[in-house]
Amino acid sequence: MNREATVRGARLSRTGLADHWQAWRQHHRTSALDSFGRLAETPLQTLMTALVVAIALALPATLLLAMGNVQRLGERWDSNPKMTVFLKHGAQDAAITNLRESLRKVPEIQELEYISPEQALQSFQAQSGFSEALAALDSNPLPPALVITPIAAEPASLDALRQRIAADPLVDGVSLDMEWVRRLNAIMNLGKQLVLGLAALLGAGVLLVIGNTIRLEIESRREEIVVIKLVGGTDGFVRRPFLYTGFWYGVIGGLLACLLVSVGVASLAGPVRNLAATYHDTFVLQGLGLLGCVALVACCIGLGLLGAWLAVGRHLSAIEPR
Amino acid sequence: MIEFHNVSKRYSNGYEALTGVTLQVGEGEMVFLTGHSGAGKSTLMKLIMLIERPTQGQVIIGGRNLDRLRASQIPFHRRQVGVVFQNHQLLFDRSVFDNVALPLQIAGVHPREIGRRVRAALDKVGLLEHERAYPVTLSGGEQQRVGIARAVVNKPPVLLADEPTGNLDPDLSADIMQLFCEFNQVGVTVLIASHDWSLIRSVGARVLTLEHGQLVHDGALP
Repeated sequence: MNREATVRGARLSRTGLADHWQAWRQHHRTSALDSFGRLAETPLQTLMTALVVAIALALPATLLLAMGNVQRLGERWDSNPKMTVFLKHGAQDAAITNLRESLRKVPEIQELEYISPEQALQSFQAQSGFSEALAALDSNPLPPALVITPIAAEPASLDALRQRIAADPLVDGVSLDMEWVRRLNAIMNLGKQLVLGLAALLGAGVLLVIGNTIRLEIESRREEIVVIKLVGGTDGFVRRPFLYTGFWYGVIGGLLACLLVSVGVASLAGPVRNLAATYHDTFVLQGLGLLGCVALVACCIGLGLLGAWLAVGRHLSAIEPR
Repeated sequence: MIEFHNVSKRYSNGYEALTGVTLQVGEGEMVFLTGHSGAGKSTLMKLIMLIERPTQGQVIIGGRNLDRLRASQIPFHRRQVGVVFQNHQLLFDRSVFDNVALPLQIAGVHPREIGRRVRAALDKVGLLEHERAYPVTLSGGEQQRVGIARAVVNKPPVLLADEPTGNLDPDLSADIMQLFCEFNQVGVTVLIASHDWSLIRSVGARVLTLEHGQLVHDGALP
């Protein structure tokens, strides 16, 4: 008997919750559709606000994309840094062979290539176009050299290896041709910080624009808000359509931003390919991609919702039935 | 159902709208609230709806002390009090159906149930054939009845009406009053602010009279 009553009670409350859930979903659906319908009623105004969102986010997105591409370009050249070890002029062949043997045992070194002064002169003559000038020289000015391909690529271990090799009395100097890559990386990191700062400023601008648009919307629907509050509407109920308005601004603005960036990338792809061709490179400009587009739209939606939330929180409490 | 204990209300500009009002309206009772304009009728109703808070005293509705209600609980209190406004307070960009459905949507009633209950309420006030119409196309009396349908659609235990027949001709007024009597007969506590003496006399219910913010008469019409 008692057990039966408990079961019945549980079933009743479950139905109640299901009803609320249904009604809640229904209100979300009608709020979303209603908000979109209102935006569609004034297409030009909606487009303008969405364009503000789009431009403000397309700008930092484009800059980040450009820097990503430059960094990718750097990585292509950075992939296997080579170390050139210049040996002292007139080093004995036997000593050089000894050094080569000992370097071969160093585990950090993957490949070791010896370039004799004669070989160096030959390839220099072939590549540089100075063959006649070089032929006029009495003696070969080029030192013997070792070209080392290290296993490790991180700057710290490369530097340690460089110092170890440079300590050998036979070695005149070691050139590790990756300073510029490091500088490029540093510049790119600085640039990224700047772009993020710029994005934060533009994002704040978007918040203000959406907040102001929503404020006007709230103002024009003042009577409706009063009536809803009079018949027992919670703040959440009143807030919902305005949050959806911000959401839609974010969606439309985000899609427009993707369009802007994609058009920009498409128009630059040809010139970049031509430029790369002159360097005998096959570099291809990378666009936003699906993931980038999703992230961009998500950012816009987030800003739209936040802007709406701030405006609603600020202005809704001021509207009370009198 | 409605209890006022020594309630005073002074507005921030210093105007004292109610002074030491004590009254009780029992469950299922029908009461008229009268008095000249500015006597405090509207303030008394606003205190019941929690649009205003008293500066002194306690208001208890349905056994609940409104003094203890937090701001977040106000919406749930208002769902227990159906209100018919003098200026109707309808939304003119929504159909009659959507206006009446609003309290049910807010209360989280199942969408299928909403249709049934809205039509029942509209049928009650005789506007079933106008459910698709917009309030602006309706006459003043019809708009008032839409407002009544909205006030009762959620079956609140308490029904307030502020000058519900203020702008209507005598025949329409009698119709509207008949509606309130019918709601009262099914157990709803009804409080009507009015100074339509002939109408009050015809109903013959208990009358509360306010004068300069004080309760000066409680009982049958003299």
